[in-house]
Amino acid sequence: QGPPPTSVSQGLPLAQPPFSGQPISTQRLPTQVPGFAPPPSSTGIGPSSYPPTTGAPRPSPMQGPPLPGQTVAGPPTSQPNHVSSPPPPSIMSGPHPGPPPMSGLHGPPPPTHPPQPGYQMQQNGEYSQYKGCKSDIQVIEDDRSNRGSEPFVTGVRGQVPPLVTTNFLVKDQGNASPRYIRCTSYNIPCTSDMAKQSQVPLAAVIKPLATLPPEETLPYLVDHGESGPVRCNRCKAYMCPFMQFIEGGRRFQCCFCSCVTEVPPHYFQHLDHTGKRVDFYDRPELSLGSYEFLATVDYCKNNKFPSPPAFVFMIDVSYNAVKSGLVRLICEELKSLLDYLPREDDMEESAIRVGFVTYNKVLHFYNVKSSLAQPQMMVVSDVADMFVPLLDGFLVNVNESRTVIASLLDQIPEMFADTRETETVFAPVIQAGLEALKAAECAGKLFIFHTSLPIAEAPGKLKNRDDKKLINTDKEKTLFQPQTSFYNNLAKDCVAQGCCVDLFLFPNQYLDVATLGVVTYQTGGSIYKYAYFQVRALWSQDRFLNDLRRDVQKEVGFDAVMRVRTSTGIRATDFFGAFYMSNTTDVEMAGLDCDKTITVEFKHDDKLSEDSGALLQCALLYTSCAGQRRLRIHNLSLNCCTQLADLYRNCETDTLINYLAKYAYRGVLNSPVKTVRDTLINQCAQILACYRKNCASPSSAGQLILPECMKLLPVYLNCVLKSDVLQPGPEVTTDDRAYIRQLVTSMDVAETNVFFYPRLLPLVTDVDSDSLPAAIRNSEERLSKGDIYLLENGLNIFVWVGVNVQQGLIQNLFGVSSFSQISNALSTLPVLENPFSKKVRSIVDMLQVQRSRYMKLIIVKQEDKLEMLFKHFLVEDKSLSGGASYVDFLCHMHKEIRQLLS
Amino acid sequence: MWLMLPFFQSFCSPMATYLEFIQQNEERDGVRFSWNVWPSSRLEATRMVVPLACLLTPLKERLDLPPVQYEAVLCSRPTCKAVLNPLCQVDYRAKLWACNFCFQRNQFPPAYAGISELNQPAELMPQFSTIEYIVQRGPQTPLIFLYVVDTCLEEDDLQALKESLQMSLSLLPADALVGLITFGRMVQVHELSCEGISKSYVFRGTKDLTAKQIQDMLGLSRPAVPIQQGRPLQPQEQPAVSSRFLQPVHKIDMNLTDLLGELQRDPWPVTQGKRPLRSTGVALSIAVGLLEGTFPNTGARIMLFTGGPPTQGPGMVVGDELKTPIRSWHDIEKDNARFMKKATKHYETLANRTAANGHCIDIYACALDQTGLLEMKCCANLTGGHMVMGDSFNTSLFKQTFQRVFNKGLNGEFRMAFGASLEVKTSRELKIAGAIGPCISLNAKGPCVSENEIGIGGTSQWKICSLDPSTTLAIYFEVVNQHNAPIPQGGRGAVQFVTQYQHSSMQKRIRVTTIARNWADAQSQLQHIEAAFDQEAAAVLMARLGVYRAESEEGPDVLRWLDRQLIRLCQKFGQYNKDDPNSFRLSESFSLYPQFMFHLRRSPFLQVFNNSPDESSYYRHHFARQDLTQSLIMIQPILYAYSFYGPPEPVLLDSSSILPDRILLMDTFFQIVIYLGETIAQWQKAGYQDMPEYENFKHLLQAPLDDAQEILQTRFPMPRYINTEHGGSQARFLLSKVNPSQTHNNLYAWGQESGAPILTDDVSLQVFMDHLKKLAVSSAS
Repeated sequence: QGPPPTSVSQGLPLAQPPFSGQPISTQRLPTQVPGFAPPPSSTGIGPSSYPPTTGAPRPSPMQGPPLPGQTVAGPPTSQPNHVSSPPPPSIMSGPHPGPPPMSGLHGPPPPTHPPQPGYQMQQNGEYSQYKGCKSDIQVIEDDRSNRGSEPFVTGVRGQVPPLVTTNFLVKDQGNASPRYIRCTSYNIPCTSDMAKQSQVPLAAVIKPLATLPPEETLPYLVDHGESGPVRCNRCKAYMCPFMQFIEGGRRFQCCFCSCVTEVPPHYFQHLDHTGKRVDFYDRPELSLGSYEFLATVDYCKNNKFPSPPAFVFMIDVSYNAVKSGLVRLICEELKSLLDYLPREDDMEESAIRVGFVTYNKVLHFYNVKSSLAQPQMMVVSDVADMFVPLLDGFLVNVNESRTVIASLLDQIPEMFADTRETETVFAPVIQAGLEALKAAECAGKLFIFHTSLPIAEAPGKLKNRDDKKLINTDKEKTLFQPQTSFYNNLAKDCVAQGCCVDLFLFPNQYLDVATLGVVTYQTGGSIYKYAYFQVRALWSQDRFLNDLRRDVQKEVGFDAVMRVRTSTGIRATDFFGAFYMSNTTDVEMAGLDCDKTITVEFKHDDKLSEDSGALLQCALLYTSCAGQRRLRIHNLSLNCCTQLADLYRNCETDTLINYLAKYAYRGVLNSPVKTVRDTLINQCAQILACYRKNCASPSSAGQLILPECMKLLPVYLNCVLKSDVLQPGPEVTTDDRAYIRQLVTSMDVAETNVFFYPRLLPLVTDVDSDSLPAAIRNSEERLSKGDIYLLENGLNIFVWVGVNVQQGLIQNLFGVSSFSQISNALSTLPVLENPFSKKVRSIVDMLQVQRSRYMKLIIVKQEDKLEMLFKHFLVEDKSLSGGASYVDFLCHMHKEIRQLLS
Repeated sequence: MWLMLPFFQSFCSPMATYLEFIQQNEERDGVRFSWNVWPSSRLEATRMVVPLACLLTPLKERLDLPPVQYEAVLCSRPTCKAVLNPLCQVDYRAKLWACNFCFQRNQFPPAYAGISELNQPAELMPQFSTIEYIVQRGPQTPLIFLYVVDTCLEEDDLQALKESLQMSLSLLPADALVGLITFGRMVQVHELSCEGISKSYVFRGTKDLTAKQIQDMLGLSRPAVPIQQGRPLQPQEQPAVSSRFLQPVHKIDMNLTDLLGELQRDPWPVTQGKRPLRSTGVALSIAVGLLEGTFPNTGARIMLFTGGPPTQGPGMVVGDELKTPIRSWHDIEKDNARFMKKATKHYETLANRTAANGHCIDIYACALDQTGLLEMKCCANLTGGHMVMGDSFNTSLFKQTFQRVFNKGLNGEFRMAFGASLEVKTSRELKIAGAIGPCISLNAKGPCVSENEIGIGGTSQWKICSLDPSTTLAIYFEVVNQHNAPIPQGGRGAVQFVTQYQHSSMQKRIRVTTIARNWADAQSQLQHIEAAFDQEAAAVLMARLGVYRAESEEGPDVLRWLDRQLIRLCQKFGQYNKDDPNSFRLSESFSLYPQFMFHLRRSPFLQVFNNSPDESSYYRHHFARQDLTQSLIMIQPILYAYSFYGPPEPVLLDSSSILPDRILLMDTFFQIVIYLGETIAQWQKAGYQDMPEYENFKHLLQAPLDDAQEILQTRFPMPRYINTEHGGSQARFLLSKVNPSQTHNNLYAWGQESGAPILTDDVSLQVFMDHLKKLAVSSAS
């Protein structure tokens, strides 16, 4: 049962605590908001609506007295919809006098308090009235403490999983782990009218090849021999735990389309007295939410089992790449990295073959056949009409050709050491890789290391069209669109061949990520971008090498096709992510790695029933890194509801934000950014207004009441709205925006969560504790001059050092004696033998491991010029680019909601 | 005037002296004229039937002719520019000379201040009617050899070719530049200067590229260098660029030997029933483009080694489906050779570009089937390149022929010269009608160029991109003097040949040959003209014309034309009574001519029956460039007989010469056939030659072998060597050449012990001659 809804009320709010003793969130806000300009001060706010700036009654959340248990409390009369719903809902209450709201919403330990509340109060006295804004920290902490201790057992339909920020174990008992699928809501309205009314998007965020923690078991591989997996005759859904066996097990009824299918003789099994098959527990496809089938030849391209995939490394050797030391670095790294290509667990060595290409204005292919004494270089200058000049010897087994490859990697930096070629081509490089894979008749991945805008005369040639003047105009969308449709067509070809493109960019200036990334994006690849890369600067080297290692080693499937089947009544209508679609149902990805996520939106096309619920089956057909064709199946059963309150009780804000961000980021391709932002605000306002109207108790319009599950929706939404893509600051480049736009599109829920609302950790805490220090809210007022903080958002780690930090700490962490001596050019923390240093470094390492990309570490000294950059990530504050502070935004949302309600 | 003396002597002396005169002239000047006394008017000249023409061997090897180290003195008239020669009148006192072509009076240059009657410069001495100057000006560029190698070969063929190529590196001049292009499905241009890694530029074999594109893609055009501030461009950059592909052989012979050693067969799979994809057209195009961009107007050989027909891209001759055979003469006649026209056009364009750059293309084609020589022939024909056809690279025919390309002459110099231009100047009664040989026109119009073209005409200058001491051009003239403007008695016409070329030692040289012949009035002095007829030269000159026409006209038309010319010649110069064939006589100087024509009609140069189009092209290629002696052998093969009855002797090329107790040695230029008569063959089988008492038999068997070896040693290309015997299958080579005087048709000869009957419907020489006489004396024609 979900957490109860919360309300935010005006005046001295009283949150009536829920029956279970869980905190509820209430919040009061001014009825009249003076717009988004500066944070309201005591002078600027109407006295009637605002509480005193100091003193006990603050308009901030407060802790109310706990309600009696649910059975005792009963449904309040004001919320009729709660009466009918089986799990008794929580109750929101109107104004309620009580203790100061400071700690109001957050249950027993006042979470919004900074570690040194008294200090904060003194420092930021005039802002402290808004501290009551709903804090994500508290929600996260609550979830962690409530749900982190016990495994999440997936047997029950429609269960809301713990938050992504919570560490928990999953036991698969028939539904896919939330690591694979998360939904915006685990209780789906039965009718489309209801869905429309609520405006809550129905979406699932699917990460089909997600990495599991070592304690959880990987999906079992089921081999049904030559006949292949058992499927429904009509909708072709795969055998899953929800299929109903009838007639003594001779036939089964499809849980998606209700069609009855004969059980193939070899699959027949008797049923026990409960109607379950006797072999229920022996068969993963009958008892588990996630499992794999071994595909038969019918599932293979051209009815031929695939060959093992290949990796092609394609290195820009133009002047910039050579000069920066990049070429040498890559070659050095590859020498050792090639031993760590992905392989199946039971295999001695990787089946993946490798090939090498270097390029500037022309392409150089290398023959590294094991029989050669030295590698051979083949130059193809005919970039207008790309072809692969050699047949065998281009893609080789690493072990067999070890010496030739080593010789090649030694020589590449030397050969181009004196190059003066500055121009590069790009599309022909991809074409070359594609042709090579075509010739070898296999799928694979291209690793392209590229430095500059491809201006050399060749197909896909680009021009510099960067124009910041377009920002905030109707033409801004063109900055996100590719310059030419050439790359879209190329991407299509790549997908058809199973040629995935990973792009490592090292720009010193604009190189049009929006266009260069098209193929990567549509083939399911990853883009990495390292501006102003210099090998001499260790941070860029570390970051790049770590990313490269992870990218090369990570689990990946090729030539993938994903289809999501659903119960009759809803239908997958829209897809977000890095892939290509040639029709409306199949998501095609040349490559799909363990970090790639696809967000799928569902719409009603009929009614659902509360009894049968709604089922999702995500089937992913792919080629493993050993060249095995497999089907990975994830099943998830959801509840259906006829009461809006049930919907609102089973939502997940993080997933919702993931969907909304992707929706908005796609929107910028077609609409002005302003429109996209307004749409987003509007939709959220409608969601909340609908709740207010239908689920919350009647109260004064001045009261903002949020559903318990969505209490963080405003703060997160604000973060999305003020993100670089939707509201760029002056220092954000066009390439950065395009890069982030594409990055976010493949992010999973955990990544979007930390990306939009970065984690801010005080470092000066108990050194002996093993766990991470408790996070604090992303606001400058939470920072103490005497402390050191760490902020991470999945791309960067900032270490912020206050001006008044004790010298001892500085000495321990940085190995220098004073604040002024700390160099902000540091890219790693010095290795020092003291508990504080060890602790901080272990935190940093722990964070790095959690993320799919290696984060850049930046040391920020308070009042230093880099602090501007850091402040950009203090997302609860007003941003330089005009983004609203949390409080201001909340006011704005409230206004919107009230408009909708009136 | 003393030069006139031998002339007049020969003029009035018996025939033998004329033969000497012709021989002397050939040895000294490398020139043989069809007529050595010239009819003095246009009308009369046309009535002579055989045109006034000559065979010129511009670089005829002359050990007794050391080149002079100074520059030639030219006539100052801009339209003339003839070179000072022994025919010029010199005023030693005034230090003036009169040009014998335009009569311009010229001052001698200051260096000639000391000349007098006793102190003459060489070019004024009569024995230096041919003289060679060394030009000291201009940069010297080393010779360039660009190997273009087909890799779609069988393993052992490729191995043999690789070995030959490796061996050839040691034969090249040490400072020569070499380059390597290999091709199969794709074309690879190899960079030769790299250590540690072998580099090549690869091109698609299906796409034709312009020279500009090729140069851009090879990085030969000026690189777009980022201008670094304050730093001037390094001057040595340009040579470095081209040298990536063309390197001095002494620097990279190890590298190149290894590279050749590592050459693999084209790796792309060839499925059952398919030909390998061979991009010969693109490979040649790239070779031409590479040299065009780097070394225009320097001596360079593109040497194409191919083991099969081009099967893809521009210049493809046949598709890759084995079930469609390559075009035959039959297909061509039926207009059924779908790739021929396009391919020919491709290679013609290439050949013209190559020639314009002064480079040449050799084609070494070794395969059992045709390789597309028909389409590619112009590459060799227009540029003076070699064409060699063999069955396999793993044969001595190819190996030795290839080795012979790098042969040195008696003077120790390579027998190859490059980038020659031949200019012909004539005195005003003569005009130039054209030339036939391995050359292209330089389109030099001028007053001495005739409007009537014979061969490659409309010009007085030709370019011969590659030539050796035996390369021979046929040059045709037209007498333009009008009948009513008689030339004074004793007047002479003169012709000057100026050949500028790049010697194999990299020197620029100019060879000047000036000749003069007497004019004679054909009405009053026909016997003089008749006596001075060189029937051998005339036969070759007519044959060249016939072969030249056969390239563009239908075979039967050419034969009819040749017949008509022969009949007209006989009518003109034969002595006969009207309508009485038996009365027909030809003077000695014409006596062999009809026989030459008889054999020419049967030769593979004009008959395509039993020859593939490639073979015809191959034969015609060689016929159009060999000197007179070799050409005559080609027209009428030589047959020697070896027997116990006397020393070896030349015998009639006739079936009657095939006797059981004879060994025959036939030389057709392309083949050397040793044929053991029936009895000899039986003796040999019985092993008499191994018995000490029959040592003389052993010697008899050995004698033709030795003689054959002698021919094999010197001939280029090396002939096919055939050892056969009576009844042997290879005997057909002999039987197809001899005059079929006995056939199954004239049964009376059966059973007679004289010769062997030939199973053919061809007419014999006797029938031919009878017919000729009949037609010649007929009053109807």
